[in-house]
Amino acid sequence: MAKGFKKTKMLTDTPFHYCPGCTHGIAHRLTAEVLEEIGAEGNCVGVAPVGCAVFAYNYFNCDMQEAAHGRAPAVATGIKRVHPDKIVFSYQGDGDLASIGMAETVHAAARGENITVIFINNSIYGMTGGQMAPTTLEGQKATTCQAGRIPELNGNPVNVAEMLAQLKGPSYIARVGLFDLKHVMEAKRAIRKAFDMQINKKGFAMVEILSTCPTNWGLNPIDALEWSKNEATKTFPLGVFKDITKEEE
Amino acid sequence: MKKLMKGNEAIAEAAIRGGCRFFAGYPITPQNEIPEYLSWRLNEVGGAFVQAESEVAAINMVYGAAGAGARAMTSSSSPGISLKQEGISYICGAELPCVIVNIVRAGPGLGGIQPAQSDYFQTVKGGGHGDYHMLVLAPATVQEAVDLVYSAFDKADKYRLPVMILGDGMIGQMMEAVELPEMVDVNALAKKEWATDGTGVGENRRIVNSLYIQPDVLEEINHKLFAVYAEMKKNETAVEEYMCEDAEIVLTGYGTVARIAKSAVHMLRAKGIKAGLIRPITLYPFPDEAYARIAGNGICREMLCVELSMGQMIEDVKLSVNGKVPVEFYGRVGGNVMTAEDIVKKVMEGR
Repeated sequence: MAKGFKKTKMLTDTPFHYCPGCTHGIAHRLTAEVLEEIGAEGNCVGVAPVGCAVFAYNYFNCDMQEAAHGRAPAVATGIKRVHPDKIVFSYQGDGDLASIGMAETVHAAARGENITVIFINNSIYGMTGGQMAPTTLEGQKATTCQAGRIPELNGNPVNVAEMLAQLKGPSYIARVGLFDLKHVMEAKRAIRKAFDMQINKKGFAMVEILSTCPTNWGLNPIDALEWSKNEATKTFPLGVFKDITKEEE
Repeated sequence: MKKLMKGNEAIAEAAIRGGCRFFAGYPITPQNEIPEYLSWRLNEVGGAFVQAESEVAAINMVYGAAGAGARAMTSSSSPGISLKQEGISYICGAELPCVIVNIVRAGPGLGGIQPAQSDYFQTVKGGGHGDYHMLVLAPATVQEAVDLVYSAFDKADKYRLPVMILGDGMIGQMMEAVELPEMVDVNALAKKEWATDGTGVGENRRIVNSLYIQPDVLEEINHKLFAVYAEMKKNETAVEEYMCEDAEIVLTGYGTVARIAKSAVHMLRAKGIKAGLIRPITLYPFPDEAYARIAGNGICREMLCVELSMGQMIEDVKLSVNGKVPVEFYGRVGGNVMTAEDIVKKVMEGR
């Protein structure tokens, strides 16, 4: 019988350290599958963030650099300018990309830096134990806003995809979810598109992936997927916010 | 043939000739001519220039480019160098070679834009977090700046660490005649097997990283880095000893201040006072042996440390001299620069 499922060669054999039910594993796999499809093997440099995905350099089967917190787009810029014909991507969480690294994110996008950014938005600081993130929803509880996020006290969540889509530099900006098979497949198509933009030298592309954090949300994995689908999408609607190939058509 | 060049532009051209093919920087006075020059010059040699959104981004772009195997550089001045400290610590942790130029201005805070030497502690003692050092070179002339920047890329590659050129507003802004060295053939340089050039797969993957969560592994890394620093101390320590053989009073200073002190040596000798000068060229590794030897030669009776600071290098001088002779201090700050006459007056006060 033909095998319908096999591990992509763009992931190493190192077991993921992620918590049970966390969707980082799916996001890693989709990214790696796309890397394999586009022929990135032996042709690619990834940049890992600081946060839950800090060990991403152990998982992607390619040359990797581990960046300081939030600096992945700057590090990726340095790599891409030295090796313009190699596939360069960063994989970053919301604290990394949308808080401490917001300047690096916005300016890499504004320059139209020809890199691909995989942005994991789980609305919480996972690695450090559930503090409020720039993407924590209004009313959502976190260890540094224990009564739930109150905008007057704690500010408002940041919609990164919508914000970057206003810039001229990016070629493709989309937000996807991972809460059911249909959306997982849609996420993969978006990731593929974001890498195709780089291959075609169209400039900065980012896929924001709504991810789950059962551990710090205090939910079981299934309820976490439901919460992502029903609650997170209210603040972070799915969609394609910019696609210059559509504009060109 | 010699060419009249402004310090900052000469530094930029020396970097190109030394093989620099990537530069990222952010505007700040008094070093702007370096990025301005490299913005067009790097294109001519097939390199890349990025005006970064911040000093933080610039040093991290250098991290990426250096990790990808290029000879990479950034430059700034004091407040900007403060912002780069995070990246410098990571670059040291990840054992990446690069060159960083600091055209020092007066501080603290925004301070002023005039020359100073008040970043000595930050540069040689750390600045960023963790146990690390850089190779720190202090040019006194534009020609020496050219020569040190040119060779800095080789040294950075050899030891896999950042080389800091600690200049000041005077070195950056003054014009002097310089002999420019030959262009290094970057294609002939040894391949950096550890660099992430994108070709790594499986066992051959390269990982540029400074994270070691196992204490024993990190301890080993710390010892490894310090073994490199010890090796560097043996090979790279550089110092100019000027008229020290019979000197009863030995002045000491680095960079442009050493030139002023050298004039003071001549003026003192004209008055019959046997003066000499120790000029460290490497601030890290510090040339402690030269100080200890001269302080203990039985002729030297005192030293005078001259700095554009409230007294920073003097701490290393005192450690090196180890009480053999008294070490006095004379400094100007705020962007003010002493004259040779000021130094002579300070020496004469004690007589």
